[in-house]
Amino acid sequence: MKKEDLPQDPGALDNFTREVCYVKNQDGKYETALSRGWDVKKEALDNAWVEVNKRIEEARQAVINGEKSPVFYFMELRLMDVPLLSGYTGFLAFFVKRHFKPSVFKGLNDRKLGKYAEAFDITLQELKNFKG
Amino acid sequence: MSYDSQIEEFQHVQTAHCENGVTTALLRHNGLDFMTEPLAFGMGSGLFYIQIPFLTVNNGPAISFRTMPGAIFKRTCKALGVEVKSKKFGSPESAEAFLNKKIDEHVPVGCQVGVFHLTYFPKEYRFHFNAHNIIVFGHENGRYQLSDPTMEVVTSLSDEELSKVRFAKGTFAPKGHIYYPEKVGIVTEDMIRKGIVKGIKRNVRDMLHIPGSFAGVDGIRHTANHVRKWREKLGIKKAGLYLGQIVRMQEEIGTGGGGFRFLYAAFLEEAAAYMQDDRLVSISEEFTRSGDMWRASAIQMAGVYKGRLTEQKSFEDIADRLVEIRSVEKEAFQKLSKLNLGK
Repeated sequence: MKKEDLPQDPGALDNFTREVCYVKNQDGKYETALSRGWDVKKEALDNAWVEVNKRIEEARQAVINGEKSPVFYFMELRLMDVPLLSGYTGFLAFFVKRHFKPSVFKGLNDRKLGKYAEAFDITLQELKNFKG
Repeated sequence: MSYDSQIEEFQHVQTAHCENGVTTALLRHNGLDFMTEPLAFGMGSGLFYIQIPFLTVNNGPAISFRTMPGAIFKRTCKALGVEVKSKKFGSPESAEAFLNKKIDEHVPVGCQVGVFHLTYFPKEYRFHFNAHNIIVFGHENGRYQLSDPTMEVVTSLSDEELSKVRFAKGTFAPKGHIYYPEKVGIVTEDMIRKGIVKGIKRNVRDMLHIPGSFAGVDGIRHTANHVRKWREKLGIKKAGLYLGQIVRMQEEIGTGGGGFRFLYAAFLEEAAAYMQDDRLVSISEEFTRSGDMWRASAIQMAGVYKGRLTEQKSFEDIADRLVEIRSVEKEAFQKLSKLNLGK
């Protein structure tokens, strides 16, 4: 890539940093240059977020419909999956999946719910009272 | 607090890739002023390609354009006879105590961290990715002072925030991982040249001779074969998300552009000067070409996820280009392997 071809498109990196890229200068030698971003990858990132937000919204609907517990919703909200949530809470994957059931969730004690609340960075009340 | 101190002479270095950056900055801090990001990347045999089978990351294909996390620092230090200390911890308390001790001793250290809870990152970039690397070089007013190599300036985190990212969970969980050069001896030009040769040879091995069809240059063809089937198998929308994931792994902050290929080309250009060997300059050009082709393929892929390209032919075109990239890289590494650079 030639230095003059380095894109400078605005994006999520604005107000954070410009990124180092390796480009060819006029003498055909490599040097570093700073880039604001590139639309091609910005679109990819934006698309990934559209997908994430879709999953979160579907999880919220599932809670409203009584199909899933708040644990499932907050897992999606925090971009987690079952193995990761298992890592943060210490519960085996099998039990995490069980806790997605509203009926099982209702019977969980505060100690167990507290582990989820901590993993999700929310209060115990927020977790218990989430209705969708 | 006793560890309220700052390592005044520490110089922040901004680089494309975080692990290169930590390696470069820590070695420079320890007197190896010649160290640059391309040199660290090349000596550490950083270039790679792999599509990990049966694994998805963030609901997309698990693709990497560089070698295993941690390998670049370890290999580059070893090549230069630098003794390394590397430590993981059972508890956040012991991890913090050890870090504070190093700051007290005025030793800047590399820390592996998770990105999801990294508060200074833009929200859009905060996925669960645990192989990010930063340098901690001080503690002031209740906050750790950090040098994040992907950033233009230094930054900071509170004690709680740092502890949280050092104990992120999931794949590559850092477990408080801390690392730094412990003993740096005299490094001669000859050692640098030997390190360059070793780095190139190992990279030739990784890209040409790794067993299986999903890694090295053959891995690129493996992905191409997948791409041909994605439209049919996943539907146009999901196929677009998968292509977007490739583009992000290839072009996002941390790669230097073109899936680390420009960075490797820059390394070969530097290597040519150390080795007094112009053949390396012409092979460097081939990696520039490969990087440019990766960028062109990203533009094609964007056509799909922007909804402009929808036909199977577009997927075939993308796959054909990937196969072409494989040939360019295969040829370039074959040339490197035939150079007879010595031991």
